[in-house]
Amino acid sequence: MSDVVEKTLSALPSLLSLDSQAGAGKLSPSSKLGNLIKGITELTSKHEEEKLIKKELAAIKEQVASPNTSMRQMKEIMVRAIYCEMLGYQASFSYIHAIKLAQQGSVLEKRVGYLAVSLFLNETDEFLLLLVNTVLKDLQSTNLIDVCMALTVVSQVFPRDMIPAILPVVEEKLTHPKEIIRRKAVLALYKFYLIAPNQVQHIHSKFRKALCDKDPGVMAASLHIYLQLIKESPESYKDLTVSMVTILGQVVGGKLPMDFNYHSIPAPWLQIQLLRILAYLGKEDQGTSELMYDVLEDSLRRAEMNHNMTYAILFECVKTIFTVHPKAQLLEKAAECIGNFVLSPKINLKYLGLKALTYVVQQDANLALPHQMTIIECLDHSDIIIKRETLELLFRITNAQNVTVIVEKMLEFLRMTSDDYSTIDLVGKTMNSVFSLGGDVMQPDIPNNFLRLLADGVDSVEDRRMRLFAVDSYVSLLQGETAQLPQRFLQVISWVLGEYSHLREEQDSGTIMRLLARLLDQRNTSTETRSWVLGAMTKLCSNPVSVALARDVCERYSGSLNTVLRQRAQELMILSQDTELRARVLPAEGRLEHLEVDSSLSFLDGYVSEALAAGAAPYKSPHQRQEDLAQEKALTLEPYGLSLPVSLSSCSVTDRLTDGLSPTLLSMSSGLSGNGTELSHGGGSTTLKLDGVKRVWGKEGYLAQQQSVEDAPTPPVQLPSPLLSPQRPPSQTQTPEPDQEKQQLASSLFVGLGSHNSVCLMGRAEPAPQHFRRKPRGGSSGASERSSDSSHSSRSAAVDNLLLSNLLDSTTVASEGGATTTTPQQTSQRTLDHTTSNGSPHVEGKEEGVAAGGSLSLIRGMVAVVLPTHTETDPQSDLHPAPHPAPALERPGDLPLTSHLPAELSGLARSELTPLCSDQDPSLALSACRVYKEDALVVLVFIVNNTNSTLHQMALQLTCKELEISCISGSPLKEVKGHSVSVCLHTVVMKRASVQVELAGLLSYQRPLGQPQAAQFSLSLSLKHFIRPLTVSTGEYGKMWLSFSHDLKQNLRLVTTEHQEPLTATLDALKSKLHLHIVDIIGSEGIVACRLLQGEGHGQPCLLHCRVHANTLAVWLRSPVPELPDSLLYHCQKALTET
Amino acid sequence: MIKAILIFNNHGKPRLIRFYEYFAEDLQQQIIRETFHLVSKRDDNVCNFLEGGSLIGGSDYKLIYRHYATLYFVFCVDSSESELGILDLIQVFVETLDKCFENVCELDLIFHMDKVHFILQEVVMGGMVLETNMNEIVGQVELQNRMEKSEGGFSAAPARAVSAVKNMNLPEMPRNINIGDINIKVPSLSPF
Repeated sequence: MSDVVEKTLSALPSLLSLDSQAGAGKLSPSSKLGNLIKGITELTSKHEEEKLIKKELAAIKEQVASPNTSMRQMKEIMVRAIYCEMLGYQASFSYIHAIKLAQQGSVLEKRVGYLAVSLFLNETDEFLLLLVNTVLKDLQSTNLIDVCMALTVVSQVFPRDMIPAILPVVEEKLTHPKEIIRRKAVLALYKFYLIAPNQVQHIHSKFRKALCDKDPGVMAASLHIYLQLIKESPESYKDLTVSMVTILGQVVGGKLPMDFNYHSIPAPWLQIQLLRILAYLGKEDQGTSELMYDVLEDSLRRAEMNHNMTYAILFECVKTIFTVHPKAQLLEKAAECIGNFVLSPKINLKYLGLKALTYVVQQDANLALPHQMTIIECLDHSDIIIKRETLELLFRITNAQNVTVIVEKMLEFLRMTSDDYSTIDLVGKTMNSVFSLGGDVMQPDIPNNFLRLLADGVDSVEDRRMRLFAVDSYVSLLQGETAQLPQRFLQVISWVLGEYSHLREEQDSGTIMRLLARLLDQRNTSTETRSWVLGAMTKLCSNPVSVALARDVCERYSGSLNTVLRQRAQELMILSQDTELRARVLPAEGRLEHLEVDSSLSFLDGYVSEALAAGAAPYKSPHQRQEDLAQEKALTLEPYGLSLPVSLSSCSVTDRLTDGLSPTLLSMSSGLSGNGTELSHGGGSTTLKLDGVKRVWGKEGYLAQQQSVEDAPTPPVQLPSPLLSPQRPPSQTQTPEPDQEKQQLASSLFVGLGSHNSVCLMGRAEPAPQHFRRKPRGGSSGASERSSDSSHSSRSAAVDNLLLSNLLDSTTVASEGGATTTTPQQTSQRTLDHTTSNGSPHVEGKEEGVAAGGSLSLIRGMVAVVLPTHTETDPQSDLHPAPHPAPALERPGDLPLTSHLPAELSGLARSELTPLCSDQDPSLALSACRVYKEDALVVLVFIVNNTNSTLHQMALQLTCKELEISCISGSPLKEVKGHSVSVCLHTVVMKRASVQVELAGLLSYQRPLGQPQAAQFSLSLSLKHFIRPLTVSTGEYGKMWLSFSHDLKQNLRLVTTEHQEPLTATLDALKSKLHLHIVDIIGSEGIVACRLLQGEGHGQPCLLHCRVHANTLAVWLRSPVPELPDSLLYHCQKALTET
Repeated sequence: MIKAILIFNNHGKPRLIRFYEYFAEDLQQQIIRETFHLVSKRDDNVCNFLEGGSLIGGSDYKLIYRHYATLYFVFCVDSSESELGILDLIQVFVETLDKCFENVCELDLIFHMDKVHFILQEVVMGGMVLETNMNEIVGQVELQNRMEKSEGGFSAAPARAVSAVKNMNLPEMPRNINIGDINIKVPSLSPF
């Protein structure tokens, strides 16, 4: 405690005792309150306080009971009792005395009595009945103060049933000569209306009279009532619009007495009230709205002083303008006003600005566009409330295109503040809408992160509440129409219900089981989702009803063609029958034990080498098999490439060759992988094949969850950060300005808001590093994400594990199950697995063991069989339309149109002009040209007007769902004069890699005196237009190679020329056709890198490793993007065939 | 409508509690604690609005507060109230207190809890804003005070006590904090 305070405190007693001496002899009541307060002040613990207050209460009790206590003393005692109650200590014995004081005391004592009553009692208290007569008497008193007190207490606390008893008297007060009485009477009646609406229905006419009262104060009070009434039924009060408008006009016009001014603003609270009323009246009613436009404009104009209160009026005004029937001119002004709010340095105004924006974007999402940067800044605001409001705003503008980024932001916010009530609310509704809106376009890590968030954390109340919220909302969702919900959302729902529906006490698991079973029956539910659902059912089947249901489901799905479903159904079957086993496998607690996944499958090495030694054919990847089939060659048993470019960073390729070490060895954890086999190709081949093994059942979807486990480390999110730098062209390797990053964020957040000009507002999209939404996360967080991915599968892993041992133990179960999994290989695999996992029997390792074992057994039988379900694009069988003429790097003698190229693009490589749809209208010629910019492809559309007349209302729209298109032409195209040319520029980048895309264009225009016309055209763009060289060093290449997961291998034709090595010639051909960057050529191997323009400015790398081998070029592509290698390979192939 | 008005000091000790909707006793105390928890961890340079806590009404409710030296004035309102309007209403209320108590400080609120209640009754009635004109409010209160003076009363004594404390020449005693034209002094009775 500070000195000051201590001195103050030590001074207090003397002062107080001085007082009590002045109080002459007898105990001064004041000192008692003083003593009480002083006593409390000196206390140090809550416990002592309690003791002291108890003592005090006992003393009060004694005093109030004493017949000698005067009313005056009673008044003082009441204040002490109020004080104790305020601190949270019940003084119920004093309630009756408070009433007595109100009944019997003089005016001042009565006042304290009433106060105590209104603080102590509530409407339902029976004590209040004792007060009715007193109130009635006071209402009829001639003393103003008595009446005021009675009205006050009536509006604070009064028994509903007793309202009729005093209603006539209160009504009477509406005509009282004193305005303060009339005003209080109005409010008291309003209170009656709120608690018992039917009892005051007959006095509506009196309310009208109050509205027209000559005293503005009474009128203002009556607005409380009208606000409520009009809110409830605006239709019945439309006739009041004119009066309200007149009143507001007078207030704004300064017709009120000066007394009503607040900081020289005329009656601001009154204005606010009126504006709100007008909003209710004018909502969706053009006629009524038109009556108020003038006054709205007036108050918008007059409110210009720089005071809080004017902003309050402005805010209300803006809200009203956006609520009533729109008027363009007003909307414009209001939008400007919102801008001022948002940009204000005053944080309260900023908050209101965001709130206003949140409100108005529901009508016109474009309104948020001018404030993009401010909104982005607010996202990082130090005030959590501002942040939350911003997210709320983002939530409103969520669309399919920006959903990913917004959800990332939400999750980020959540991670910071998971203990807040408001977040639960926000998150719940956001995630639900987000999933149903964008479910299938989301990257898989978003639902995973969300589930992790749910599952994470200690079992605090908030966590429970949030989980319960999720369960509740999902159950109600499932009870509705579910056919439209995205698959991913359904998966999330199943998981949440499986894990947490036990939180919902009133819901028996049977209901949820039934809901889930309904999902299974739906035709459009995907197999992956079905297996999630079955997983959830396994967790739920606890009571007899669900077991019966489970049995039903099992019967249906244990015959499924899909092995995953079959396995899940099997698990469900066994677990639903054996409760003990179920309790062991799926304990209610400890659902989140941390599991690690050995995705390299190193524990299989022993098995593989054994199999190979026994004469099994080495594993071949699907691509290789396909290729072999396609070429109808004999099986190439030689495994592909032990000379991998992995180690290029440290030593030369040839060195590596002689080393004979596996490149993937670096990432392997098992010691076995390096030395397990005696085969000619050493460890490298073994691990390579393992790589392939993993892929097989990954791609083919043997186990959906397990695939997700595997995929988890692969999305670019978890790329190690060093890889980011080589991706950027060297010119941009300097650290990007935070501004750039923000702009980047802005453009991804606001995409899809403006029809096609969203990015224009931002200016040119700067090439920024790709990591704004892929923040390099630390290793630990990466790992934890992975564990969240596996939180679903980890449990199934446990199931697998226990199930399997069960199966092994009792052959009866196994045979009865007709299981899919018990093959001899597998059994051996299992035992093998136990011995090879380095003595640390990770559960998940076993899981993979089971699965891989299954797939291995498959592979043995079908070395080179291409599965019919294989969906990957086969580049050779792809029947794509002939691509566009190759981009000519030399510039042919173009039409003079090229002179219309903007200066900044003139120096860049570009394609020839392609005529577009000239046949539709001979007077209008369209042609297109591509310019290859470093960070984007620019598509130029030349519009040539061959007539004398001017074309009006020109609008050009380009659409393509695979591309991100943004207009960059400086001046918006409106008209094209006769015999002139206009150019539209659009930057185009790919959303996801695809071999070829069709860009659809629509040009609408109008000739003078003509009908609006439209010309349609299409323009095909191929992947190679979006490929740019990626300049990296050999070392960087090596690092990147290791971190990329999507790969593809294929043999390509070698180009032979006279004066060049075949390898060099081939690579040169590729380089010139596809704009690749040749990183290095060492001997018979070459490494090449490129990037695909994707998203805003940044690219997705793709690495090629080429090796000359038996007159073919063996190419191995790797990229973090799944589709890229495929599509690029197609173009490589094409490029080489053409040469 | 205004749901509740809470005044507590920097340590969360309630100084004035007024609920305009029924809440059980223990719930009231919980609300005070929760509100204090929410409000006290906020800096002075952030906005004065908070989305409601979990106890008092949920998302439809807002907490609008001002922090003057040692005291927090928190108004809990529903969506029918204007944020900035309430913010200035708090200012009006505090200015009125200042006028009635002549340089109001925390001690005034402690010793004259009843008086503060009476002033508040003239500003807000049953949850509705009754009067926003400071002179009117002061006029009403003075009307009542005149009667009090004539009766003479207990509160005269502590008033003297407080003014004596106020006038003591302690080193940093009048740590006036200028908020608009309002000074609330800080002879804090700290942690109790």
